[in-house]
Amino acid sequence: MPPRVNQLGLSRNEYKGRPSTLCPGCGHDSISNQIISIAYEMGIEQHKFIKVSGIGCSSKTPAYFLGGSHGFNALHGRMPSVVTGALLANKELSCIAVSGDGDSGSIGMGQFKHVIRRNVPFVYIIENNGVYGLTKGQFSATADEGQFLKYYGLNEMPPIDLALEAVISGASFVARSFSGDAKQVRALLQAAIRHQGTAVLDIISPCVTFNNAETSTKSFPYGKDNEVPLHEIQILAPDYVDAKEEIEVGDYEAGDVIDVEMHDGSFIRLKKLDNDHDPRNRRMAIDVLEQSLREQIFSTGLIYYEEPRPTLADTEALVSTPLARLDEASLRPSKKALDSVMRGLMAG
Amino acid sequence: MAINLQSQPKVDTREPVINDFAFSVATKNGSGSQTSNNVLVMSLFRMGIPVNGKNLFPSNIKGLPTWYTIRASKDGYTARKAITEIVVAYNDGTATEDVANLPPGGVCITTDKIARVIKQRDDISYYEIPVAKLMRQTDVPSAFRKLVENMTYVGAVAKLFDIPLDLIYDVLLANFKGKEKPAKMNHDVIKLAYDWTAENIEKTDPYRFESMDGTTGKIMMTGNDAGALGAVFGGVNVVAWYPITPSTSFVDGIINFRHLRQNENKENTIAIVQAEDELAAAGIVTGAGWAGSRALTSTSGPGISLMAEFAGLAYFAEIPAVFWNITRMGPSTGLPTRTSQGDLLFTHFLGHGDSRQLCLLPGNLKEAFEFGWKSFDLAEALQSPVFVISDLDLGMNNWLSDPFDYPDQPIDRGKVLDAAQLQSFIDEHGKWGRYMDVDGDGIPYRTVPGTDHPFSAYFARGTGHDVMATYSERSDDWVENMHRLRQKMDTAREKLPGPIIDDSSRSDIGIVTFGTNEDAVREARDWLANDGIQTDYLRVRALPIASAVGDFIHSHKSVFVIENNFDGQLNQLLHIERPEDISHVRSLALGDGLPMTPSWIYENLKEQEG
Repeated sequence: MPPRVNQLGLSRNEYKGRPSTLCPGCGHDSISNQIISIAYEMGIEQHKFIKVSGIGCSSKTPAYFLGGSHGFNALHGRMPSVVTGALLANKELSCIAVSGDGDSGSIGMGQFKHVIRRNVPFVYIIENNGVYGLTKGQFSATADEGQFLKYYGLNEMPPIDLALEAVISGASFVARSFSGDAKQVRALLQAAIRHQGTAVLDIISPCVTFNNAETSTKSFPYGKDNEVPLHEIQILAPDYVDAKEEIEVGDYEAGDVIDVEMHDGSFIRLKKLDNDHDPRNRRMAIDVLEQSLREQIFSTGLIYYEEPRPTLADTEALVSTPLARLDEASLRPSKKALDSVMRGLMAG
Repeated sequence: MAINLQSQPKVDTREPVINDFAFSVATKNGSGSQTSNNVLVMSLFRMGIPVNGKNLFPSNIKGLPTWYTIRASKDGYTARKAITEIVVAYNDGTATEDVANLPPGGVCITTDKIARVIKQRDDISYYEIPVAKLMRQTDVPSAFRKLVENMTYVGAVAKLFDIPLDLIYDVLLANFKGKEKPAKMNHDVIKLAYDWTAENIEKTDPYRFESMDGTTGKIMMTGNDAGALGAVFGGVNVVAWYPITPSTSFVDGIINFRHLRQNENKENTIAIVQAEDELAAAGIVTGAGWAGSRALTSTSGPGISLMAEFAGLAYFAEIPAVFWNITRMGPSTGLPTRTSQGDLLFTHFLGHGDSRQLCLLPGNLKEAFEFGWKSFDLAEALQSPVFVISDLDLGMNNWLSDPFDYPDQPIDRGKVLDAAQLQSFIDEHGKWGRYMDVDGDGIPYRTVPGTDHPFSAYFARGTGHDVMATYSERSDDWVENMHRLRQKMDTAREKLPGPIIDDSSRSDIGIVTFGTNEDAVREARDWLANDGIQTDYLRVRALPIASAVGDFIHSHKSVFVIENNFDGQLNQLLHIERPEDISHVRSLALGDGLPMTPSWIYENLKEQEG
């Protein structure tokens, strides 16, 4: 039987990268798999995507998905600047970037916040496990206060909440998820790819080697038992939007469904669960994150969404042709132009 | 107030000195002296007198000492002179020392207030300007009064040394971009001081300006502006930077010239991002170069430090990008506004691992422009970062130059494969790998993101890749890669701008230098020639050095390497590159924070050569 193919005639296998070198069972591999699935289902053209990362276990993963996309494994904490440059060079590219809690929460905190400030449009995934894996198990800045790890003892510092930092910095799309919740990760990835701004996905992604004890809030057992989704998420792509009203809302009452309209005409349909969270309300987004932190509630879902500000390329008022594809006539002013500048600088 | 002539030197017997002397203007910074000094320099330029103005300023914003030297030279020598014949002592804090530095027969122009304290010498001319009294006679609004006060010395200098007032007005108009109101306000003060000087001061010195034909068809500009203009003509697309003296005005230059590259809808072909730090700036240009655009950052030593990790990554991932290092004294604090050539080795070896960065070393305004555009062609042709090492002296001071030549070569994007070319490559070679060297010059073929071909993608990383850009920790893969990179460096040696050589004197003595020492070396060579000591000359313009540099060293019995740093860094580099040729090479290095002077070179070379 021939393999199933998507609208481009490609099989899911063609969206894979090289075999993973991470520990068996790593949460990060699960996220890579969801990226592969979503890319296949959405039928993305891989040459129009780039994948960029910093340094760390998480940052190795772009090698494991979208083998048909250019990739760049850059420097520790510096993925955002590389993405900024690449997307200025070619604003037609889309970007899926992967970082970790050490990469974004410590060494790269500055670039994390500044790339959001500039609204560079890309998917910024943080694979957050509260621990440094490649250097054998140090606490990261997102580790729980009071946690005990074999190598480093007690963590007496409070954690930095990267989703909260993203909201505060002005991100227009902030989500938190759990790598064990494949369905939610896929839905959020789909929405993030469609978003015309920096879309931050803080995904708790357990380290099975160094930080997977039940007592850790970054572990699989804890996540499985304690995840509290804020809502069920469904993405209605633009081609479905006309039929939006007819799409099955299921058992939900009107008012228990929030349709968040996105810039590209698609909708994020949120079906309410046990709370009233509206991601379009910044105050609510901050409150839900602060409450989660305070009371150790593992809330997941679309935390915050707003109509994106102009992207950096818009702010720069760039020509429509990607800068990387400009021809000589656009790159070099005429001899007349040089002579004119020279005349203006002459003695008379 | 008439000047007391009792202690003045008798000067009637001295020959007039025309268009061949230097000023030092001592003021407080933030007092508007930048404008007054510029007006003087530009006025002399318009009189046709070869001139150079150098700002010697400490790192403060307001109220502390700053100096500006202006040298007029009918013979076209524009290096800094160690001793200036004239001082404008307008800063009470430094006036005593400023006057002490004058040679016998020198001139001190000062305020009546300062004069009371510093009139101790009887071998110089003192001219006192009653600044406060003159300012009371103006109708300058009080908000501007402090800022135009310095125009009083412009007026006195104009009268004493013969600079036409109408010409000064034209310069003021140009300075204020055609706005008459500020031009007139400043000119009124200048005229007041001019008239007062005419009535009250008896000139007792021999110095005088006279219009001549030495600047016709020439331009004046700063090196940072010239480099920025070059970048605009070189097709720069992405500029990322972080403010740092003395490189800030480089990006200001690109901002000023950006309109030359806008389309009819005023849309930009140059993105300019003020990054959160130099590290991010380096990341932005690395990403932009990887994605196929022409990217540039401009910084100085401390910024170069922060860029080290990206520079190394870009070197090994073979990503084109242009980095300007407007060198100042290192490290961060203390002498950040003083010129230096002290980053040569640091920049050349920037990055961890065995990296050798390509460096261009402009020595004058024309080269700042030329390397401004050429650096992009070289970076893309050699698939490598290119560092242009300028310095504060070239970058921030006004230099006299012939107009720039329009680029004589079309833009070279290097070995970039589009989808069709990629297919042809695969048809010819069976496959394409990012780091395959099919031409034997060490330079592989690259693709950029967005290329619509199923095999165009590759995964960029620093070390740890094979020729297919696949992750590899095999030793032989990496050794093979390093051999290819060395081949690429050898290709670069002869592709980068070659040295400037003058061996016309067929002397046994060779002088080797680089960068902005050129003017001082040229003048010192003329002085030495007058003493009967002929010298040959080579100015290195790029690293790694071309074979011609080694040949020059080899063919001279005595070689002096002159540079503006303390350790003799170019000399050290020559020891690394040509250890077999080096025993007769001596270092003449001085890193004192100031532009090189001909007298220092002359005296030291003469002493060493015996």
